[in-house]
Amino acid sequence: MAQLTKGETGEWETVIGMEVHAQVIAESKLFSGASTKFGADPNSQVSLVDAAMPGMLPVLNKYVVEQAIKTGLGINSKINRTSVFARKNYFYPDLPQGYQISQFDQPIVGEGKIEIDLKDGSVKEIGITRMHLEQDAGKSLHDQHPTKSYVDLNRSGCALMEIVSEPDIRGPEEAAAYISKLRMILRYLGTCDGNMDEGSMRADVNISVRKPGDELGTRAEIKNVNSVKAVQQSIDFEVARQIEILEDGGEIKQETRLWDPDKNETRSMRSKEEAHDYRYFPDPDLLPLELAQEQIDAIKKTLPELPDEKKHRFIDEFGLSAYDASVLIAERPRADYFEEVAKDRDAKLAANWVINELLGILNKNEQDITDSPIKAEQLGGLIDLIADNTISGKIAKDVFAEMYKTGNDAAAIVEEKGLKQVTDTGAIEAIVDEVISENPDNVEAYKGGKDKLFGFFVGQVMKKSQGKANPAAVNELLKKKLS
Amino acid sequence: MSDLTHMSIADALKGLESKDFTAVELTQAHIDAMAATKDLNAFVTETPEIALKQAEESDKRREAGKAGALDGIPLAIKDLFCTEGVQTTASSHILEGFIPQYESTVTAKLFADGAVMLGKTSLDEFAMGSGNTHSYFGNVINPWKGSDAKDLVPGGSSGGSAAIVAARGAMGATGTDTGGSIRQPASFCGITGMKPTYGRCSRWGVISFASSLDQPGAFARSVEDCALLLNSMAGHDPKDSTSAQKDVPNFAAAITGDIKDLKIGIPKEYRMDGMPEEIAKLWQQGAEWLKDSGAEIVDVSLPHTKYALATYYIIAPAEASSNLARYDGVRYGQRVEGEDLREMYENTRSQGFGDEVKRRIMIGTYVLSAGYYDAYYIKAQKVRRLISEDFTKAFEQCDALLTPTAPSAAFAIGENEDDPIKMYLNDVFTVPASIAGLPGISVPAGLDSNGLPLGLQVITKAWDEETAFRVGGVIEEKASFTALPQTLSQKAA
Amino acid sequence: MSMDKETIRKVAGLARIKMDDVELETMAPQLSKIIDWIEQLSEVNTDNVEPLANVVNINLALREDKVTDGGCTDKVLANAPEEVQNFFVVSKIVE
Repeated sequence: MAQLTKGETGEWETVIGMEVHAQVIAESKLFSGASTKFGADPNSQVSLVDAAMPGMLPVLNKYVVEQAIKTGLGINSKINRTSVFARKNYFYPDLPQGYQISQFDQPIVGEGKIEIDLKDGSVKEIGITRMHLEQDAGKSLHDQHPTKSYVDLNRSGCALMEIVSEPDIRGPEEAAAYISKLRMILRYLGTCDGNMDEGSMRADVNISVRKPGDELGTRAEIKNVNSVKAVQQSIDFEVARQIEILEDGGEIKQETRLWDPDKNETRSMRSKEEAHDYRYFPDPDLLPLELAQEQIDAIKKTLPELPDEKKHRFIDEFGLSAYDASVLIAERPRADYFEEVAKDRDAKLAANWVINELLGILNKNEQDITDSPIKAEQLGGLIDLIADNTISGKIAKDVFAEMYKTGNDAAAIVEEKGLKQVTDTGAIEAIVDEVISENPDNVEAYKGGKDKLFGFFVGQVMKKSQGKANPAAVNELLKKKLS
Repeated sequence: MSDLTHMSIADALKGLESKDFTAVELTQAHIDAMAATKDLNAFVTETPEIALKQAEESDKRREAGKAGALDGIPLAIKDLFCTEGVQTTASSHILEGFIPQYESTVTAKLFADGAVMLGKTSLDEFAMGSGNTHSYFGNVINPWKGSDAKDLVPGGSSGGSAAIVAARGAMGATGTDTGGSIRQPASFCGITGMKPTYGRCSRWGVISFASSLDQPGAFARSVEDCALLLNSMAGHDPKDSTSAQKDVPNFAAAITGDIKDLKIGIPKEYRMDGMPEEIAKLWQQGAEWLKDSGAEIVDVSLPHTKYALATYYIIAPAEASSNLARYDGVRYGQRVEGEDLREMYENTRSQGFGDEVKRRIMIGTYVLSAGYYDAYYIKAQKVRRLISEDFTKAFEQCDALLTPTAPSAAFAIGENEDDPIKMYLNDVFTVPASIAGLPGISVPAGLDSNGLPLGLQVITKAWDEETAFRVGGVIEEKASFTALPQTLSQKAA
Repeated sequence: MSMDKETIRKVAGLARIKMDDVELETMAPQLSKIIDWIEQLSEVNTDNVEPLANVVNINLALREDKVTDGGCTDKVLANAPEEVQNFFVVSKIVE
């Protein structure tokens, strides 16, 4: 559903296409044997190839190619059996060769699509134009010296995948959903860690606005957008900026703009205004990359179940709501955890406990599910105690809190604290009688037609039983005695 | 003049093995010869200390019975091969003082076989030229002199290597050939030069000019010596993605003298307008020698030959413009500061590169730029395919092609300088094989009326250097080229 | 098609080669002549001909994903014109 922005002259539609750069998980760089580890001493993870010493030559990393194929398959895209590495020529101190080895007119991955989930529960397809492999640049530090920049080439030559979307995205929410979904898929595949803080994933966002039904407007490209929040904020800012210009009778300049997260604004990168002419041509130090169909098929067999498949399976197999399924599949370890809890148990109950209780407390304490002190098997144990009426749902929450604190099994806690549910009707009846005799006025009022008071009696009984009374039995007995 | 410096590599290896002399003696003789021919300006960097140390070690290895295939043989190394700890410049100011921290694969293989390095030879800057007149470190002078005794070019780009081998200052040398940079100077200097198939020798550690054309090769004074050198230099290198996983045959063993089973093609398009009569005659003579030795001579056609030079002068500068982008003053080499970063780049590159390099970078940048890429670069790659297919078709009718190596003998320094295209035309017979990646050998076959050497070129199919050596060996035998450069014979007299 | 001075200036900018007016005067006719000369390729009929980028008839060989290089900061910086604390140093990059 298109999200429209109201301007002074009517409604505007936002059109967005994204280029996401994702660093490929691999031990070594795209064309050299230097390490890709993050955070090493300056220029310590640099080979003579990465430093573009005279006469040094690139040799392609086989695993990175496999990772790219895996990713291509994961975003439902065509894998091109022949692809070509090309040089993109420009000068910059953190680009040692004076060109970036990339792929231009023959990328390794062609057209595809992914589905994004929107807040209203609907699903939208976003087209993938292509994905190619390329070298990352080094890093320039500008704040170390008043008149100098420092250059560290550790990142230089690390493998990146650039995933280009069609201009199918219609607003900040869709953009956020798109990048989140992409991140999820890459993390499922194990081809990118999706760590946006460390720059493992970053986006360039192409934004234009138009009146619904009009031709595409002129776009601005926003660089350096490296969080989901920044994607949304930069779009909000840019859409407002463009609408304002257009409504004032101005024109949008096709340009590259930089997102400044501190000032919450995009601004023109004047230095990039100079007409670019990258002079792409096939890298003569490399030959075309030819892939065998068998190789692609073999990789296809190793693909894990991907988020969308998993989601649909959770809905179909476990009867979960689309929302619950989406929450559970957001991270692969989370989905795995849930499945272990749900195995041979009431899946909806399991989903409730994982989503509402476990994720609730983990989020509160900024923990991942992999850090959870309660293991899946233990949470399953708690659910078993609820299912066989050993404890009530209410008591279970207390037991859960204790499990989180101590890491102990549910049964042990219930045993130790004597939390077993009272199902003995005789014992419950005694408490019911007690409550009735202590509250003659309310009994009178209830019998006089104040039906709402029923809850009061239930509450009193539960309180007296310290929550251990079986609620069904309490209801039944109260109804009988108050009638 | 010492007999040691006039020997072939093959004979020197025998002499070393039979202890007629030591590697140190052989090396010292060449160091002395280098000093005597210093006015040729063949070297950018001489490394006599390294040479003597290597020679001492070589003698020890031989003593211990562990001598390698080229143990104790003093060689000159083109200053395009990066040599660990020894300045490597590509004859460019921009790399003056650059000390590689690595050894090129080809030189590492030579040294592993026991070869001794006398020094780094001058070349046209970044291997761009045909006269060695585009070196930041000055012109190299051909040891041969015409009747007017003017200084002549040694050819290029590997002019220093060719000149010093001809002047008996080194037993052999490495070169690189992009469009004729081994074969043309070999012809100009009266020695043998072999460019193998593209992909035969590793380019790792060789400063790139045009990656899809560059190929290391060898200079020596005999076909057999070239074969010995190439055997050491060749072989697959996993560090070079364009290096082929092909077995390296025993090239020297291919020189059997027997070419009775061979068909030799004479490409008619090489008979160009204005070809000097002497060269046409020598070519004819070469064909007759081969015929007399039992080969069959056939006429073949390479119809796109005339477009090879223009194709080359699009592809090579295009690749070069990108390959030379790394010389930016940031990580190594000369830096000329400026007001800002951009000015630093522009100052560094405009003061670091010579005119011919700048011209080629400009042409290369232009033909790759938006709006011209298809018209020039893609067009040239299409013609490249046609040229390559011409050879494939020709080799359906013959086993080897015989052509002149160059359209003229060595010319005077200063000639052809007014017009870059005139200089480019020197490579008219060598460029087509480069474009197709084919092996070619130039063998000295005679002298012109001015007393200057002329070479004949043998081109074969990809990976068939053996046939090139075999045919080259027969030309060598028939030509029995024994003339010495005048500068040497005068000194001897 | 000859290269006019404006084009040459633009190309020199792309190639980061400073070219003053004197050099431009010398180089313009040389470059134009070379470009005119290579124009001869337009005579060749290349309809239905695929471009040939590389003549070597082998498959691209790939490397195993192992850390076999790097950890040689000294070698990387050995020839650096300017260096501080293992960084390369250049004049400040203006965004």
